Amino acid sequence: MTTSLGSGDFVVRNLSKTFVRHGGSGARCVRAVDDVSFRIPKGASLGLVGESGCGKSTVARAILRLIEPDSGSILFDGIDVRAAKGAALRALRRRMQIVFQDPYSSLNPRRTIRQTLEEPLRVHLRLSSKNIREKAEAAMVEVGLPREALGRYPHEFSGGQRQRIGIARALVLDPELVVADEAVSALDVSVQAQILRLLEGLRERRGLSFLFVSHDLGVVRHFCDRVCVMYLGRIIEEGPTADVLDRPLHPYTRLLRDSYPVPDPRARRPLIPIVGEVPSAANPPPGCGFHPRCARAEGLCSVEKPQLETSGNDRFQACYFPETSDVAWGPCASERDELKRRRNSLASLTSS
Amino acid sequence: MTSFPRPALDLRNLRTEFRIGDHWYPAVRNVSVSLMPNETLAVVGESGSGKSVTALSILRLLPHAGARIQGGEVLFEGQDLVTLSERDMSTIRGNSIAMIFQEPMTSLNPTMTVGDQIAEAILIHRGGSRMEAKAEALRLLAEVKIPSAKSRLDEYPHQFSGGMRQRVMIAMALACHPRVLLADEPTTALDVTIQAQVLTQLEELKQAYGMSMLFITHNLGVVAQIADRVAVMYAGEIVELATVDALFAKPMHPYTAALLRAMPRADRANESLEPIPGSVPGLSAVPTGCAYAPRCPFKDRSCTELHPELVSSGDPGHLVRCPVRPVGGVH
Repeated sequence: MTTSLGSGDFVVRNLSKTFVRHGGSGARCVRAVDDVSFRIPKGASLGLVGESGCGKSTVARAILRLIEPDSGSILFDGIDVRAAKGAALRALRRRMQIVFQDPYSSLNPRRTIRQTLEEPLRVHLRLSSKNIREKAEAAMVEVGLPREALGRYPHEFSGGQRQRIGIARALVLDPELVVADEAVSALDVSVQAQILRLLEGLRERRGLSFLFVSHDLGVVRHFCDRVCVMYLGRIIEEGPTADVLDRPLHPYTRLLRDSYPVPDPRARRPLIPIVGEVPSAANPPPGCGFHPRCARAEGLCSVEKPQLETSGNDRFQACYFPETSDVAWGPCASERDELKRRRNSLASLTSS
Repeated sequence: MTSFPRPALDLRNLRTEFRIGDHWYPAVRNVSVSLMPNETLAVVGESGSGKSVTALSILRLLPHAGARIQGGEVLFEGQDLVTLSERDMSTIRGNSIAMIFQEPMTSLNPTMTVGDQIAEAILIHRGGSRMEAKAEALRLLAEVKIPSAKSRLDEYPHQFSGGMRQRVMIAMALACHPRVLLADEPTTALDVTIQAQVLTQLEELKQAYGMSMLFITHNLGVVAQIADRVAVMYAGEIVELATVDALFAKPMHPYTAALLRAMPRADRANESLEPIPGSVPGLSAVPTGCAYAPRCPFKDRSCTELHPELVSSGDPGHLVRCPVRPVGGVH
């Protein structure tokens, strides 16, 4: 949370967005984003994780002003994004691009890939047709697709190839910040790894900054230096990704992490009892949004909203009673033995 | 062999084909696997591997036009489900073999209350009065831990969250005390904390009801958490079959090993994420020989010519469809 402004840094302060729905029984307000602040230094990759409805996609869209935020400030390379208008806003948009989750619905099915890739170049840059053609071809090659494929339509490509096209579209304008909103979530594991490799390469070659929105902790650990964990519109924990996942401080971060299925049968988790549903953002509980599901909650938690505060070592968390110890991965020894016994008895039944 | 218990469900050389144009192409190619009593068998694979088609073939839920079971047997309690009449099949479907799907919203009827939908299944298969069926529906909703079940019995599916809808689906599947539960990606659309709850619940209910479960998923993490045994599918075939411990500790098929290396993990640093080059072959373009050969770093000339069989790897109960794999597993 340093306030110094490096050049090329992306700084968000106190961002809020409330959606109002006018229905039969009066207006209903949903506070989708509530006082969110973060900073992405040039070339860094910040992860934004959380479950459905936590506001992570709203943040992604609000910082690009695809949704107008209600309040807060957004500074990119020292320029006020919220105040920008007309030509200045267009110039900013060129520098910040987005890659969407669904490569099926985010490409126009009636346009060739060439038309899709060349349109932003025509809108933003005064280039000759030859230059535009060359830039589109270069972007195609950079994402690992053949030049000849430019004349084809989206339906002729697989999901992984379409996501490459979505990335190429974001790249043609040579942006400095890419917002990836669940960009690899719809892909199969083998293809997902290909796309992650591609994004990593781009990050290294071009020095791109990333806001990487994802619900997949594995992908975030792989791709992001830092991570923000969101719950009911607020950031409840922030820190270096590996550190946050290995030693979560906020009880929600811990629940999220412990729910993540680790691909190792020796690390089976103890069974998680059912403790409540995620509350609706339309009707958030008072105080800390997580207190109704939290085993550590005490009286104060249901009264006063905890603020995101530093706890040293570059870590920040919003909890009055953070986790202190015993947060290692994996079940304890007795549970492991019990699981092993059960599975061995089954294995002896089925092997022939 | 006589000392082994009879499988709850036994697939033998199951072959399901789809028509594209004038040709029939196999989506499930001669799959043989036994689901043992009380066992959780995970079927894992990527899109287009044939895992869902396998489950739909078992219950004969494939569309009549454009799909056919071309061969093989599905043995359940001494009967071959493939050759059963539709009338006999409908007494088994949803009754002694139940299925839950990925999208609870599209598999629940939006115009019926949750209680009526569960009661309907009981009335159709078990008979009895409406009152009894409703009472049983209430008991089931409480069993899957829907809070204030009594008042929610008369609510509609849209009033439930995603996780609770999936629990309603589970309650409905359990209504007739099935021997076998087919679960097709039941937690894929759910958030991880809700996924963990539903997985926990399925495990508890499986034990309480003495069911066997065929669990279809693309998520190796979920496999590791719930499976007893695992069948890895690729291009319509089982390429590896092993206990969950053996599969993760010592994957024998190059595809299994590659999948494990391609998956980014949340629990440790993973610098060496290795994508699998290429993509899964389409239905009409499955190579002769080994289907995985075009993507495989270990292939030799025989792989593109000879179609490998699923054979013992040398370890008991561990089958693999790869003749050239390195000795001692692929790492």
